Amino acid sequence: MEIRKGIAVSPGLAIAVAIVLDSEQFRIPRRNIEPREVQAELARFQGAIERAVSEVRGLRQRVATDVGEKLGAIFDVQDALLTDPHVSQEIRDLIEREHYAPEYAVSTVLRSYAKKFLSLPNRYMSERVADVYDVEKRLLRNLIGAKRESLGSLTEPAIIIGHDLTPSQTASLDRSKILAFATDSGGRTSHTAIVARAMGIPAVVGLKNITSEVSGGDIVIVDGNRGLVIINPDEASVSRFREADQRFRRMEIELGDLRELPAVTLDGHEVKLWGNIEFPHDIETCLARGASGIGLYRTEFLYLDRDRDPTEEDHFQAYAEAIDLLKGRPIVIRTCDLGADKFTHLSGDYDERNPFLGCRSIRFSLQHIALFKTQLRAILRASALGPTRAMFPLVTNLKELRQAKMLLNDVREDLEEEGVLFDPDMKVGIMVEVPSAAIMARHFAKECDFFSVGTNDLTQYTLAVDRSNERVASMYTPGHPAVLRLIRTVAEAAGESGLDLAVCGEMAGDPIYVPVLLGLGVQVFSVSPATLLEIKKMIRSISMDQAREVCDRVFQFDSDREVDAYLGEIARRLLPEMFA
Amino acid sequence: MASKEVAIVNRQGLHARPATRFVEIANRFGSRVTVVKDDTRVNGKSVMEMMLLDAEQGTTLRIETEGKDAEECLAALVEVVSRFDENATRKR
Repeated sequence: MEIRKGIAVSPGLAIAVAIVLDSEQFRIPRRNIEPREVQAELARFQGAIERAVSEVRGLRQRVATDVGEKLGAIFDVQDALLTDPHVSQEIRDLIEREHYAPEYAVSTVLRSYAKKFLSLPNRYMSERVADVYDVEKRLLRNLIGAKRESLGSLTEPAIIIGHDLTPSQTASLDRSKILAFATDSGGRTSHTAIVARAMGIPAVVGLKNITSEVSGGDIVIVDGNRGLVIINPDEASVSRFREADQRFRRMEIELGDLRELPAVTLDGHEVKLWGNIEFPHDIETCLARGASGIGLYRTEFLYLDRDRDPTEEDHFQAYAEAIDLLKGRPIVIRTCDLGADKFTHLSGDYDERNPFLGCRSIRFSLQHIALFKTQLRAILRASALGPTRAMFPLVTNLKELRQAKMLLNDVREDLEEEGVLFDPDMKVGIMVEVPSAAIMARHFAKECDFFSVGTNDLTQYTLAVDRSNERVASMYTPGHPAVLRLIRTVAEAAGESGLDLAVCGEMAGDPIYVPVLLGLGVQVFSVSPATLLEIKKMIRSISMDQAREVCDRVFQFDSDREVDAYLGEIARRLLPEMFA
Repeated sequence: MASKEVAIVNRQGLHARPATRFVEIANRFGSRVTVVKDDTRVNGKSVMEMMLLDAEQGTTLRIETEGKDAEECLAALVEVVSRFDENATRKR
């Protein structure tokens, strides 16, 4: 039995046989083919080469146009490697004579070349090995992506283990048979995480080497509540799993009863409980779990997974679909938050030394004005269809807010001239997720309509901790007194100016922080669909007086450990059954 | 068969981009192209093999071409190698 810890991105528990997907640079099985399959497999290989070549040429063209001919020319090497007659002959020989499956043949040949590159004394040349690996990956991706049928016809329930699932892989999955996902890479916003939440099945990502640690056929437990994967569990683990599974199901049923009830404290103070979404169709899950609006629509997914920028129509269609599903409930559309860990073909071409301090979010938008205006136009047009708010991410100084608002005004004027409908009073707010914005909140409050505290980035930037780095991750907590003080500063500024205050980071979705956030005067809790009901239950279990008391107490502590221990204790006292 | 010796003049040697350029020209001809460095003989139409030759500045290579358009092919390849200096690349 082995236990691996990753990031829990979709709750629930599952136990089943594992299916390991070959992908990226990971374990390619030594698979042989039947002699009669040789011709078909050669054709499949040829198809993969052709697709890979056209991908590389497309990339070259785009980079050359966007960044410059010189950078574009970098792809010529990969193009030449893909079309290298000598290399492809070697691969074909292995398929034809040794009956290697194309994936195995590609990997064998390119790996042997990679080794030769690594042994070159000339450092410049040995670094070219990156191109060889890249070509291998590209070919494998094309081979595996093309072999969809293998996952479409599962005969028994299974857990899918992969590097990170590609959209083409998930599109081909037989959803009725898949119980959970576990992947090497990815975070809360990876494709795997999104699909798992949409399917309502547990998922753990960021497990680093799970594809090489699990073999197809192993029994695996995926614990999407705690972020654990247990490989070949012993009997005791299996029975613990059964108990936990039953508890989880009971809890889900009990929470389900809360769906129709308002998010109101014991003494009648009502707050808004909204959902965070990536795709319009996530709204169905949010509504099913009792959300009364959408507090964060992450629009960057319109930019990812496609090889061109989204058009105004692409944006508008998505927003219109969302607004239609919401039937009059409000939605906050956040303008694109690209960069750092999320890339489009545009932003991904820049190699930044420190991407979280680099050209991301609103900075990226203000440097790509045409792209930004396209999105603003679509948001304004959507505002005619239902209550819509626009929100700018990662605002660091007032100049950025003013520039963004100026562009929004330009777009408004254009629409007016064209006679296109929009809501002239559409509210505009900012995400407060950088310490500078929190400290200056009083000034920002004069120039926008609402604040939404993005606690993930605010915590990361305040504490200078990357929580995906396991060596420092334990230092990451929004319970740090410095983070709480910044949120209090924002809350005070919002209170003085009569602005709406929302919290849309993960802190809002962690029940232990509900009392302190209520006590600070947070009016909107915007959380992932999975945590909506737990948060509602917590809100309904406390009075505002109690919340203010907790809040006062919390600000007397000087360490995050004391804060988190105290809040944990309070939560257990309020809801013993939830924290059993 | 035609053959000629050429020296690698550019500072970084026959690195990725010149190798790509060489192979691109070689593949325009029907002739077989072999490039020889010391005792190593490689296919001049394979960018992988050309890069693995790891021909640094000052190396002398022999280009051998064999086929109907051997002479023409050789001339084109000699020409491309002689233009492998960084400045020429930059101007292009």
